[in-house]
Amino acid sequence: MTDAPTQPILEIDNLTIDLPEGNDRRHAVDGVSISVGPREIVCLVGESGSGKSVTAFSIMGLLPKGQLTPSGGAIRLMGENVLEASEERLRELRGARMSMIFQEPMTALNPTMTCGDQIEEVLTTHTDLDQATRQTKILDILEQVQLPDPPRMAASYPHQLSGGQRQRIMIAMALVLEPVLLIADEPTTALDVTTQEQILKLMKEIQKTHDTAVLFITHDFGVVAEIADRVAVMQWGKVVEEGSSEAVLKRPQAPYTRMLIGAVPSFTPHGRPREAKAPVVLATDGLCKTYGGGGFFQRARPVHAAQDVSLEVRRGETLGIVGESGSGKSTVARCIARLIDPTSGHIYLDSDDIAQASQSRLRSLRRRVQIVFQDPYRSLNPRRTVGASIVEGPMNYGMSGAAAYERARELMSLVRLDPTALDRFPHQFSGGQRQRICIARALAMEPDLLIADEAVSALDVSVQAQVLELLDDIRRRLDLAMLFITHDLRVAAQVCDTVAVMHRGQVVEYGDAASVFSDPQHDYTRALFAAAPGRGFDFGGALASG
Amino acid sequence: MFGFIIQRLLATIPVLGMVAVFVFLMLRLTPGDPAAVLAGDNGTPEQIEQIRQSLGLNEPLLVQLGIWVGNLLQGDFGQSYFFKKDVAELILLRVEPTLALAITTLILTIAVAVPIGVIAAYKHGTWIDRAVMAFSVAGFSVPVFVLGYILIYVFAMEVKLFPVQGYKEISDGFWPFLHRLILPSITLSVIYIALIARITRASVLEILGEDYIRTAYAKGLTPSTVLRKHALRNAAVPIVTVIGIGIALLIGGVVVTESVYNIPGLGRLTVDAVLGRDYPTIQAVIIVFSFVYVVINLLVDLTYSLLDPRIRY
Repeated sequence: MTDAPTQPILEIDNLTIDLPEGNDRRHAVDGVSISVGPREIVCLVGESGSGKSVTAFSIMGLLPKGQLTPSGGAIRLMGENVLEASEERLRELRGARMSMIFQEPMTALNPTMTCGDQIEEVLTTHTDLDQATRQTKILDILEQVQLPDPPRMAASYPHQLSGGQRQRIMIAMALVLEPVLLIADEPTTALDVTTQEQILKLMKEIQKTHDTAVLFITHDFGVVAEIADRVAVMQWGKVVEEGSSEAVLKRPQAPYTRMLIGAVPSFTPHGRPREAKAPVVLATDGLCKTYGGGGFFQRARPVHAAQDVSLEVRRGETLGIVGESGSGKSTVARCIARLIDPTSGHIYLDSDDIAQASQSRLRSLRRRVQIVFQDPYRSLNPRRTVGASIVEGPMNYGMSGAAAYERARELMSLVRLDPTALDRFPHQFSGGQRQRICIARALAMEPDLLIADEAVSALDVSVQAQVLELLDDIRRRLDLAMLFITHDLRVAAQVCDTVAVMHRGQVVEYGDAASVFSDPQHDYTRALFAAAPGRGFDFGGALASG
Repeated sequence: MFGFIIQRLLATIPVLGMVAVFVFLMLRLTPGDPAAVLAGDNGTPEQIEQIRQSLGLNEPLLVQLGIWVGNLLQGDFGQSYFFKKDVAELILLRVEPTLALAITTLILTIAVAVPIGVIAAYKHGTWIDRAVMAFSVAGFSVPVFVLGYILIYVFAMEVKLFPVQGYKEISDGFWPFLHRLILPSITLSVIYIALIARITRASVLEILGEDYIRTAYAKGLTPSTVLRKHALRNAAVPIVTVIGIGIALLIGGVVVTESVYNIPGLGRLTVDAVLGRDYPTIQAVIIVFSFVYVVINLLVDLTYSLLDPRIRY
């Protein structure tokens, strides 16, 4: 990629960053060497804890002081070692020569300043341009990141914009001074697939027109396939494989890379035969949930979070509800669990209509529907042992403490965790282990229906594959009906028997997973498939055959 | 926004009404007779009875309440039993010292508490942070009157930098006016500085962990710009809330401080009126204070929407 005589824009040379005493390993980053040439996009791939973000932050000199300290090697930006630069020099470089965009566009912008002011701040900090020139520059860069109506965007506060628009603002802010290096830390991870596709496209275009070198941090091989010129794979603070995007994706050498690529779920549905005669556990009929609608003092416009949703799940089957954020998929799940009250329609659990059941009747119904939530870090009470969290439900319904703990031990083995670990606290477990505990907690109630609300979305691919397999195993063994809410089409293809695609509160397509995936009927479903990153690249399959 | 203000101002009417009735009844239920106080130590029962008659204290309670509320609605706070003056006039005479003390205290509090709170948050875990927190605990713990007498002893009697007591009106010149307010303001503000510095530190510390602070550093801003422009404004809502509560509490503090420093303000008026069972004055002062509370609360709520564009009324 690099022209022979040109110097690399960024050269990380044998970088070592120490972790504070008492960690499981001594170095967060251990002898890493990566270079990014002019006009090159290098993807740094790895799972959480691999050291990829630490590497990125060390380039910017933004590592938390006293916790992570670079102890060896060099980071050269256009030949200048930033590890030896003074604080003042680093401030000159940040925002002007190198800039960074972050994962969460929702929180990365200051909510009390207009977007225009936040971009202007970069200009006033690094240049002596006058007010008028600054304004022109701001409007120009907003135009370049393809935001509609730049003057209005500049005058808007972040909360008035969508996630994709905010990420465009971040990109505009990062590129307004034409830095030589752009570091993008999982910039599309928090976005919907269709938005992700647009942002990736934009980044590629703008990188070409601005001649920027890009270091792109991601965990998603789909994204790598879309954008990377070269790839470096990191594990445990070390680079385990490096090469051109083509070579690494198609002919991975390191076992870890092979495992990662193999763990990416395939688009091809599993093709498991369905049992036609299985009894229907859950059916919804014309389920609606409307928010707002204007009180006496408000003139809020009603929001139809779910409209006329009719679905059914049979025993031993998994129904996937697929959609982007705001599509109403979680609203439907919460209505079914009666965590929120549906506005109208019916929810049949076996033959009981629970849609309008009273609180006292709900108490006995609660046991039969259980949810596993998205974020395993926040859905377990940090101050209770995991055992206490698991037995709380059954004991609430009259099981004796001894029996409940006995059951908890069985469940721990069922979810493949050490049964003796019940007296530990959630922080002593990894994300994947916590999600297993959440599954055990849900199963302790012996539900008829298990709802998994984005239950694997927060997990690394390799862990995700294991949890998906576990869920599938449990569904089979306990003959459970499962409602699987996800935004990830690949995951849906692997676990679901039937799929409902939701868009703006409505089910736009509903049918067998095999037929929906092979022959999508609705335009929105097609758009969703087309936007999925790395669609031309069948990961799971590629490795199986190769 | 405008509708919100009107709505909130209208809501003060029932609040003030309830306060009026409550205060009126509480005063009559507590022991003590204004007529006996006015008659003095040598007053005969006949004299006391005559005074009761002339003040209308022999009327049934509801009639007294009706007359008072009726006058109130016409803007008449009544006559003070003790000072023999219109209560409204009495209050107006005493407003300036109290207002002056409250304002200087407020300025001093904010000028000291917010910066040290921000610095403590920025330097958290260091000796600076610990010193600010230690001062905070000490500031909470020392009673206002103890601190007042200590300051008088050290700075007025030993060092002779400030007068011991007294008040000069602003029309007597700005420096004499301010000079006499310095010790009282310091006395009164210490506890608020302690409180607000703590809240500022906690609030800013939380904001410093936000993603947009990292974004601000990534733009190449200096730490002081990040703290001022990005951290403080986002941390401001809880700080403003506590400042608002502080202003309300200040009125309580004013009573003690004015007594210690012999300042003829509303605090002193309240104390004198209570000691003299001067019902009309006590009632009027409390109604004025309640109105001030309500207005401060409204101002605090309006400030929220200035600070945070996501809050709109």
